[in-house]
Amino acid sequence: MTQDPIWFQPPPRSLQVPQPPADPVRERLAIEIDGRSVEVEQGATILDACRQAGRDVPTLCFLETLTPVNVCRLCVVELQGSRVLVPACSRQAEAGMKIATASERVRLARKLVLELLASSVDLATAPGLAELMASYGARPERFGPPAERATVAQPAKIDNELYVRDYAKCVLCYKCVEACGYDAQNTFAIAVAGRGFDARISTEWSVPLPTSACVYCGNCIAVCPTGALSPKSEFDLRQIGEWKEAEQTRTDTICGYCGVGCTLTLHVQDNRIVKVTSPLDNSVTHGNLCVKGRFGFEFVHPIPEE
Amino acid sequence: MDLKIVGPEASAEERAAVDAVLGPPESGWRGGERNSERDGRMARGGHEATARRDLLLPALHAVQDRLGWVSHGALNYICQRLTVPPAEAWGVVSFYDLLSTDPRPPVMAHVCDDLACRLRGAETICQGLERGFGSSERHGWHRSPCLGLCEQAPAALVVRAGEHPRAHALAPLHDAATVARALGQDWSKREDNAAARLADLRRAVPQALDGSRAGLRLLARVGTVDPESLDAYRAAGGYRAVDRALELGPERIVAEVTAAKLLGRGGAAFPTGRKWEAVARAAAKPHYLVCNADESEPGTFKDRVLLEGDPFALVEAMTIAAYATGCERGFVYLRGEYPLALTRLEGAIVQARAAGLLGADVLGRGFAFDLEIRRGGGAYICGEETALFNSIEGRRGEPRSKPPFPVEVGLFGKPTVINNVETLANVPRIVLEGGAAYAGVGTQGSSGTKLYCVSGQVERPGVYELRFGTTLGELLDLAGGVAGGKRLQAILLGGAAGSFVGPDALPTPLTFEGTRAIGASLGSGVVMVFDETADLGDALLRIAEFFRHESCGQCVPCRVGTVRQQELLERLHGGRALGSREQEMTLFQELAQAMRDASICGLGQTASSAIDSALRRFPAFPASASGGQA
Repeated sequence: MTQDPIWFQPPPRSLQVPQPPADPVRERLAIEIDGRSVEVEQGATILDACRQAGRDVPTLCFLETLTPVNVCRLCVVELQGSRVLVPACSRQAEAGMKIATASERVRLARKLVLELLASSVDLATAPGLAELMASYGARPERFGPPAERATVAQPAKIDNELYVRDYAKCVLCYKCVEACGYDAQNTFAIAVAGRGFDARISTEWSVPLPTSACVYCGNCIAVCPTGALSPKSEFDLRQIGEWKEAEQTRTDTICGYCGVGCTLTLHVQDNRIVKVTSPLDNSVTHGNLCVKGRFGFEFVHPIPEE
Repeated sequence: MDLKIVGPEASAEERAAVDAVLGPPESGWRGGERNSERDGRMARGGHEATARRDLLLPALHAVQDRLGWVSHGALNYICQRLTVPPAEAWGVVSFYDLLSTDPRPPVMAHVCDDLACRLRGAETICQGLERGFGSSERHGWHRSPCLGLCEQAPAALVVRAGEHPRAHALAPLHDAATVARALGQDWSKREDNAAARLADLRRAVPQALDGSRAGLRLLARVGTVDPESLDAYRAAGGYRAVDRALELGPERIVAEVTAAKLLGRGGAAFPTGRKWEAVARAAAKPHYLVCNADESEPGTFKDRVLLEGDPFALVEAMTIAAYATGCERGFVYLRGEYPLALTRLEGAIVQARAAGLLGADVLGRGFAFDLEIRRGGGAYICGEETALFNSIEGRRGEPRSKPPFPVEVGLFGKPTVINNVETLANVPRIVLEGGAAYAGVGTQGSSGTKLYCVSGQVERPGVYELRFGTTLGELLDLAGGVAGGKRLQAILLGGAAGSFVGPDALPTPLTFEGTRAIGASLGSGVVMVFDETADLGDALLRIAEFFRHESCGQCVPCRVGTVRQQELLERLHGGRALGSREQEMTLFQELAQAMRDASICGLGQTASSAIDSALRRFPAFPASASGGQA
């Protein structure tokens, strides 16, 4: 019998590295995209299938890290046998579906969606939309001169030091609401309020952000597809015409604030950090950060001399 | 959920109104008095904290009813009570027309200026009110979309907030002064006895005024049997169908409904039997039964007449439906603008429950079913079934994407049967006479009878019940023809989401297939008559305004498309076409097709339907007054 108390004996060390459970084997099914058969996993969406088939389907309110809400209707495709077009981003692929991604009906619907958006929203900072409008031949001026059509134009909301909400650029894609809610942050500081054309992203009673439940994680900025939400640092530079995206460098580093190890992408212009993001496909962050990682970078810069 | 609630606190009156719905607060965490001994030792979270979200709309209604508006403090208190983030609650309260977030006077008149009322002088009345009172809500009135009182047009709904809130219809309106008087009147003492009730109801069914009720099946009891008495209902044959249903058993009932070839009467004409069968077989539990009584299609009032005139029939029909499909809980989502239907239906449910016809053990036969009413908040879109579910669940009334369909994923994410009032009203008869006999009435493709809401410039507006297959012309004759012996210009079939037809459509048999053949649809049964002097252009503008106002705002084609459609029509009407008229028409056609093809739900998909039909048939638009035939 040994003299040592039993709790002195560490358990034998396993030589095996723990592995996550294997992915369940999903059945595969075949669907037809523009006349070409594609095999996808059960549960895949039509959009997944289209991408697999190499067919380009534009999206606006869709993001890989968020639950699809299919509200922008830019990704609509024609499903044989369906009375209306279906949203590729959310509709699950079913065996035997026949999809047309660029039929006349599809192209018309997309053109109109782009025209309707561009005729009511300032899309100047929305990446990729100008090219898309050109390729679909979208001409928003068909709906009349700007002064004679309703728009969502309004002054930008600047009510805190960290980020700006310029809802004149908002296409109401619901992404920020999702990121603030169940899909990422669980803060629920913003929601869609009002109805119809007057629907807006809003805090309760439109109170300023500092009064609301906002925790300034900025995850709403990360998912905004039009630049309606932007860091104050970016907004201010844009205002004076000094935002030079082409000249910026991007450097990945690991956030030093805590032990989680989020990847930060530092956007640097003229040797100053002007914005911090995180890659969408990063396994730690999925593009999300907290207030420190996203906004706590000013201390890096030298203190300006008097 | 960690809530951050800041800002004003609710007044004692607001708290009392909320507590009347939710019960007293359980703890300091939920807005009650702080008790550090008790509250410091308890924690609530997860599903338990958020499970009562469906009481959000009833709580908001309670505050609106009591104070006439919902203040920041009241909303904060509701959020605390139900663990709802204030921003989400704000999203909900700002969605509904009947809920105001600005102070309003305790008495408010909602004056209808929609299609049917316009044809009978509503615009003059509204302009009179604007001159006398101004157009701000602070003066106790505002314009309203269709109130479902079209047979009494022009109409208004007067609502008085307070400890004992009251609301009643004011129709027909003679002039602006009628509304003005109603705002100041003490109308607590209104005559209410069985005879008065029945006389009011008989006016809504002019078909029976000649004494002949022979063809009436759904309307048989409307105006003859006191709608507030269960005994009267039973004496008139009520509840025999439930007895028969319990003999048949669930599977036979579904088989009979399928054999009856009953098609949904809400507008989509989906086979009811197939819906029931899918839910009856669904493995997920519990199942829910929902009656869609959110009748808001402009020009539609048949469900209101059924609910006001024969409320027990709906309770009985829903009991049968629940038994057949394995539902223990049912909801009636009732249009918020129907105060009398609400009173009658509430009364019917209370009496049925007291008589053991609802509850844990219906008729002592070991089957449980209970029913509750949820009031809509004034949003047309909530008549769309999935928007209706979201509304009951305490969310914004935004339609969901389909599939999945309600029979798989419906209310609270469970298999759900959802039927229109009129559809359900057919069920007791099918159970009693058998599906085959029922299918023998009407035509091959459309079995049974149909209710039509006849309004506008017609001699005898009201609800008419006819066998499927009767022609549009026969219906118009039955209603006494065009008012004042004028010439017929057009008929709006199926409501704002339907289409205009001309006099050439009079021989069309009124069936689902017959109307489809002429490119129209029965929709909700609207038959609105426009005589030769009517301004069709004005009607089209009102329809465009209606859809802009009622779009939920979720998807781009509908949210922006309905606005552009209205602007385009205004340009045409005002003679300010961009480029040529042909250019505008091309633009309209493209817009209409994109809305039809790419909108999420039926609202956007049909928002241009009536306008499109009018522009095709009456190319003279915008030249008003004498549209004439194409």
